[in-house]
Amino acid sequence: MTAMAAEVEQDPAGETRPVYEISGLTKRYGDFLALSDVDLSLGKGEFASVIGSSGCGKSTLLKIMAGLMPPSAGRVVLDDRPVLGPRADIGMMFQQATLLPWKTAIENIVMPISIREGRSAAKKALPRAQELLELVGLEAAGNKYPDELSGGMAQRVAICRMMISEPAVLLLDEPFSALDELTRDFLNIELQRICEARDATAFLVTHSIPEAVILSDRIFVMQANPGRVGEVIDIDLPRPRSLDMVNTQKFGEIVSHIRGRLDKEGFL
Amino acid sequence: MPTGFQSQQTPGEDTVWIEQDPWIDRVPRSVAMVALFVLIVGLWWGATASGLVSPIILPTPAETWEDIVFVGANILSAGYVLEALWTTTRTVLYGYAIAAGIGFSLGVLVGETKFGERAVMPYLVAIDTMPKVAFAPLFIAWLGFGIASKVALAAFIATFPIVVSTAAGLYAASENERMLFKSIGATRMQTLVRLKLPTGLPYLFTGLKIAAVGVMAGAITGEFLGGGEGMGALIRVSASQLDTPRVFSLIIYLSFLGLAMYLFVVWLQRRLVFWNRGDVPGAIG
Ligand SMILES: Nc1ncnc2c1ncn2[C@@H]1O[C@H](COP(=O)(O)OP(=O)(O)O)[C@@H](O)[C@H]1O
Ligand SMILES: [Mg+2]
Repeated sequence: MTAMAAEVEQDPAGETRPVYEISGLTKRYGDFLALSDVDLSLGKGEFASVIGSSGCGKSTLLKIMAGLMPPSAGRVVLDDRPVLGPRADIGMMFQQATLLPWKTAIENIVMPISIREGRSAAKKALPRAQELLELVGLEAAGNKYPDELSGGMAQRVAICRMMISEPAVLLLDEPFSALDELTRDFLNIELQRICEARDATAFLVTHSIPEAVILSDRIFVMQANPGRVGEVIDIDLPRPRSLDMVNTQKFGEIVSHIRGRLDKEGFL
Repeated sequence: MPTGFQSQQTPGEDTVWIEQDPWIDRVPRSVAMVALFVLIVGLWWGATASGLVSPIILPTPAETWEDIVFVGANILSAGYVLEALWTTTRTVLYGYAIAAGIGFSLGVLVGETKFGERAVMPYLVAIDTMPKVAFAPLFIAWLGFGIASKVALAAFIATFPIVVSTAAGLYAASENERMLFKSIGATRMQTLVRLKLPTGLPYLFTGLKIAAVGVMAGAITGEFLGGGEGMGALIRVSASQLDTPRVFSLIIYLSFLGLAMYLFVVWLQRRLVFWNRGDVPGAIG
């Protein structure tokens, strides 16, 4: 373990050097106030989750953090540089894998390189793509087309596509919520392993309290109308986390604590 | 009537319940096609042999077959029918190429730019609702009685389905896919070429198939009205001489041209859009 990783372990509250700093973030869609004065910061190597009811502005927050959409007010700074548009050091993943059906899995993985740096750079990245496929247990699937992959396999390929640019932060918008529960649990553990292996900072939007608890160092509970961060909860379960922890008393206490803090509106 | 439920309990009757198509769906394709052909020719023969229909209106199958053989021999010996077929083929191919070029460009303009969508599309819709063959006399007046006026009419008719399908294809990429391309820093051109156009290809091919039919109709209509040397002119002359068997056999050879074009487009689609073979609309085979 590196010194940095040890430090994160001792200090899960994200008080290491902040990589992401968000202050006074506000977003209006016309007259509708989607986000109101959101402040948060993420430490290097931290895994944070956002949880909140449907429509409370989670995706909006993520899109602004990713530079896909400008805020109405406020600032987003990543690694001391303001986010003014999409950046190579930000990796994103959505609910759908959105693999291009006319490209093989490995071609899909190097697609971001091909777009940013051209086709010859993409070709040079193929061995790295193969390593990533091995990392997610799909070493044999590189030449398969997306219609030959299951939902879980497709999402793992999407993980590789996100990782190929070696992003410093991962923004994950309900990445596994369209998958069945078994696959989802498996991929969550997988994701934790990848983040630790690459020392990546992750910011996960989820609907599921157990998922947020098992993965996160910190959980931001969002409230709706207008969208804002209501509470920040530190999760001091030991790392690495495993699925068995779901059965511990501590896990149960944290989950019920969060459930109690959430809006009364339903979680779908 | 015994229901399936009763028959399960009655000895001697079917006791299994398995998936089974109705008998007509189980007939092999080749048999079904031949049977239908025989049925239609039989009805045709019946109608003409019984004197129900005058031979001037509908020739007998035998007369028609004789004429098909005669015209076929003419084509094979490089006679005037081959010449006419070649003229029409050129008209159709030029018209199709022009329609594909203009249709695709306008389609990209409409599907990719706000200006195209707001300003160009309304005019295209307005022109598209007009009966386009009515423009034939104009094209003849502008371009004369040669092949050019026929090419123009054929292209004119075939352009619109290509515009509409290209534009529709460009809208087909999902919000998620657009966001993905945005997040990896793709330029507008990269997004167009590497996401929107490939995603829209199946749509484009639907338009190309409709256009393949329209371009034939345009070429023949042009030849009906503007004379010249094509198949349309031959058909008109034969019809005016009440040579109905000839009209039929010319139409049959003409339909080979149409079928060849259509099948070429289907073949191209299967090669280029290999990833969604499952729903190739209107494909034969
Ligand atoms: N492009 C948009 N235009 C107008 N309203 C939007 C737009 N995108 C999202 N909204 C609204 O903003 C709110 C927050 O949306 P979103 O961030 O997608 O929520 P979440 O991801 O938490 O479900 C919702 O009420 C949604 O209807
Ligand atoms: Mg959302």
